[in-house]
Amino acid sequence: MSKVYYTEDHEWIRVEDGKEGTVGITDFAQAQMGDVVFVELPPVGTVLTQGEQAAVVESVKAASELYAPVSGTVVAVNPDLPDAPGTVNEDPQGEGWFFRLALTQPNELADLMDQDAYEVFVAEAGESAG
Amino acid sequence: MASDDSVSLRVTPLFSLCQELGARFTPFAGYRMALSFPAGTLREHQHTREAASLFDVSHMGQIVVSGPDRVALLESLTPASIRALPPGRLRYSMFTTPTGGVLDDLMIACRGDDLMVVVNAARREADLAHLREAARGHAADVALLEDQALLALQGPAAAAVLSALAAGVGDLPFLGMGPFALDGVLCWVSRSGYTGEDGFEISVKATHVEPLARRLLADPRVAPAGLAARDTLRLEAGLCLNGADLTPSITPVEAGLGWVVGRERRLDGQFPGSDVLFQQLAEGPAWCRVGLRLAGRAVARPGAPVLDPQGAEVGVVTSGGFSPTLNQPIAMARVPAALASPGQPLAVRVRDHQLDALVTALPFVPARTVGRACSGPSEPRNKP
Repeated sequence: MSKVYYTEDHEWIRVEDGKEGTVGITDFAQAQMGDVVFVELPPVGTVLTQGEQAAVVESVKAASELYAPVSGTVVAVNPDLPDAPGTVNEDPQGEGWFFRLALTQPNELADLMDQDAYEVFVAEAGESAG
Repeated sequence: MASDDSVSLRVTPLFSLCQELGARFTPFAGYRMALSFPAGTLREHQHTREAASLFDVSHMGQIVVSGPDRVALLESLTPASIRALPPGRLRYSMFTTPTGGVLDDLMIACRGDDLMVVVNAARREADLAHLREAARGHAADVALLEDQALLALQGPAAAAVLSALAAGVGDLPFLGMGPFALDGVLCWVSRSGYTGEDGFEISVKATHVEPLARRLLADPRVAPAGLAARDTLRLEAGLCLNGADLTPSITPVEAGLGWVVGRERRLDGQFPGSDVLFQQLAEGPAWCRVGLRLAGRAVARPGAPVLDPQGAEVGVVTSGGFSPTLNQPIAMARVPAALASPGQPLAVRVRDHQLDALVTALPFVPARTVGRACSGPSEPRNKP
C-alpha cells in the first residue's frame, strides 16, 4: 500500500511501506516549467536533508530546482531521464520520476500535503498566477 | 510559480485572444505577455522553422519621426546612414552612448514622408525621451503610436499565407516595407523579423488586430507562438537581445555588428560614440561576441562565467538556452578577441560544473530570409 505526499514546491513522493519513497515533480510543476530539456540527478548515495536542493530541471525557459521532500539517502535514480528529459512533461508522476530515497526521518512526511490538500493548494496557486 | 503583480501590468490588444488560445503569461517589460501556448515552446519553435508562427509583439514601441530634419535627427543618435535609406526600406540600427555602447537596438523604416522607428518595449519611454530631447534642436516631430499593434508572422510558409490576403506582399524584398490592405484594413507590412526565417511584421490599428490575427490563425499552416519560442529562435539565429548581448557597456563593433555603421557615416561621424566605434573598426575590438556550443545538455544562462583552457575566468555568457534545432545547449558570450575564433575551446561554469564549450560561427542555424539583402541582421559579421 503506497501513499503519495506533496510539497509546496510541487514535488511528490510516493512512499511504500514507510521506508522508501519515489520522488518527482507534479503535473502542475511540469506545466509551469514548459518543455524539460535536461535533468541533473543526485548521485546514488547522496544524503539529503528535507528541503535541500536535490536535482536541477532545465526547461527551454529556465532552470528550476527540485528539493528533497523529506530527509533520506538516494538509493536509485531514473536511468532514462538524462536521455529522455521530456518524460518529465509526458508522465511527471509516473515514468518521469527522479530518484528513490531511503527515508531517514519518516516523521517528516507529516509536514507534507496529501492529494486532496495539494489539489486545493494548486487551485489557489493557479488563481494567483492567473 | 510566484504570482505576478497583474494589477500594474499592461496588456496588448491581443490579450483576450491569447487567453482564449490557452496562453501561459509572463510579466515582460511592463506587459502581461504570452510566454507559450498549449503546444509548448519546443513545438512552437519547430513549427516556426517548418511552417509559420504568429507572434504578438504589440508591446514594442512604434514611433513615427516626421518633419524636414527627421533624417538629421536620427543620424544624430544612431550610426545608420538614414540619408541613404530609400522609401520602402528598413535598416537595423541602435541608439549609442557617448562611449559607443548600446542604449537600444531598433529598426528604422523609411515610409516616404516619415520614418518609423520600432524599439524594445522595456526602452520605449527612455527612447522617446532620448528622441524628444534631441528633436529640440531639429525641425522634427516625434510621436508614439499609442493604438497600434504589431504582429510577426514568421516561417517558411509566411509568404504564402500572407499572399493569400494581399497578393503583393510576396514581392517585398528582405527588409522592404509597404502599405497593404489586409482584410480590408490598411497595414504597414515589412519583410522582417527576429527568428532567422523568412517572415513579415505587420503594423495594424489596435482595433483591427484581433480579426486579422484570427484570419491568419485560421490558415492551417499558422500556429500561435509565445515569447519563449521567440527567444530560442533569435538565439539560434545569432541575433542580439538588448539588455543582454547589447548594453551601454558593449559596443556594436564588439557585438560583431560593426556593419551598422553606415558607409557615409564613416566619413562625417557625428553620432554618439563615433570616435570609439571608428577606432574599434580600424584596430579591431578588444572584446567580441561569440557563439558557444556546449557539451552535454546542461544549459548555460546569462551571467555564467566563461573560462579559458587554463581555467581562468575570461568572459561571461550574455544569452544562453537550449537549441531545439541542434538539440544541444547554445550560448552567446563576451570574450577577449584573442579567444574569439571559431574552434577555440573554452568552458562555461554552470552551478558547480565546468562544461566544455567550443566557439562557433554565428548564426547557429543559417538564416533563411529571402534574397539576403546587403544590410541587415543576417549580414556576415565584421571580423575583428
